[in-house]
Amino acid sequence: MADKIRIATASLAGCFGCHMSLLDIDERLIDLVAHIEFDRTPLTDIKQIGRCDVGLIEGGVCNAENVEVLKAFRRHCNLLVAVGACAINGGIPAMRNQYSLTECLEEAYLHGSGIDQPQIPSDPELPLLLDQVHPIHDVVWIDYFLPGCPPSADTIFTFLDELLSGKPIRFAYRQIHYD
Amino acid sequence: MSGSFSIDGVTVPFETGQSIMDAALAAKIYIPHLCHNPEFQPHGSCRLCCVTANGRTVAACTTLATDGLEVANETHEITTRRRLLLKLLFVEGNHVCPACEKSGACQLQAVAYHCGMLAPEFVHFYPKRAVDASHPETIIDFNRCILCELCVRASRDHDGKSVFNISGRGIDAHLTIDSPSGRLGDSRFSASDKAARVCPVGAILPKHRGYEIPIGRRLYDQESISQVGDVASHREQEDG
Repeated sequence: MADKIRIATASLAGCFGCHMSLLDIDERLIDLVAHIEFDRTPLTDIKQIGRCDVGLIEGGVCNAENVEVLKAFRRHCNLLVAVGACAINGGIPAMRNQYSLTECLEEAYLHGSGIDQPQIPSDPELPLLLDQVHPIHDVVWIDYFLPGCPPSADTIFTFLDELLSGKPIRFAYRQIHYD
Repeated sequence: MSGSFSIDGVTVPFETGQSIMDAALAAKIYIPHLCHNPEFQPHGSCRLCCVTANGRTVAACTTLATDGLEVANETHEITTRRRLLLKLLFVEGNHVCPACEKSGACQLQAVAYHCGMLAPEFVHFYPKRAVDASHPETIIDFNRCILCELCVRASRDHDGKSVFNISGRGIDAHLTIDSPSGRLGDSRFSASDKAARVCPVGAILPKHRGYEIPIGRRLYDQESISQVGDVASHREQEDG
């Protein structure tokens, strides 16, 4: 292995569960860090993405900022991977697609229980919500998909390990699940 | 009368009148399927069991086995086409596996695992479909219905009630319930009906039994559907 491969990660409309699963690789992380260095990721707190070999995206696309981050990842990453159910099909956040955005906001901020001073947030710093939550392949080309809610640490490790070794990526039966 | 034919080079015996699917099931050779259940008349609608027989693409469940027939089942081309069909099924409904009680024991999921589907990849329809929770013992979540018509056949041919039917055509096709209100609670459906136990997905589910079996220990969590077979046959065994 010549140079280390450079990896960036982001959580869009996700719960950080997939990032937790990445950390759940446990002591095998020590083997991995010999071959990997991180670029922009919540783990390094680097804010701007640089040129990367691999981008791992958790979560679907629910607002304008998600779109911007996702497009920046696509521009900078040779290989972009959808990690987890939300990135792949919108997941739990996409269950709001059953309702209009107005209905969702009114339920959350006006008519829900225990609301003090009901008002729908409107601040220039808040990213605008999209009318629906989208899987990330609706917005940019995705090269690979790792299903699961979250994908197990084993699945993520197998993916990175086989990618690093240049082998075809193959999973054991139990490593692929959609839940 | 009987004879033999081959599936992927393996010799399979058959009795006259058996379909390719019936003979394969008897020989414990797995041909992926969703709308087929050997207890009911074959339907031939899900197209997942399509194989090539002497080079022609046919549905294994509706094509009779004949002597010397050469059937190809698990080839790269056929599996790729099956994955395509599965992806279309996933994007057409709302299949939110992490939020579904059937997850892990769902045949749609299990067949997709078997065929190596990692993601649906197409644009999701996100159709808006209501849930019918009007029946005291059974819930119907239309978001997950794949129109296999197994409940239609079970209710009509086994229970003698014809509670279910399919209305509409093409993308408008949907499951309907025969009751004055169109709701399950007002129909003649009973949780002890055969129709309550044949759904391959999480569309018809018993109430009050949520998460009795933890995720990770369900039918297809450990072993492939090609090893353990259809979920409906397991439910029959569980319910005695």
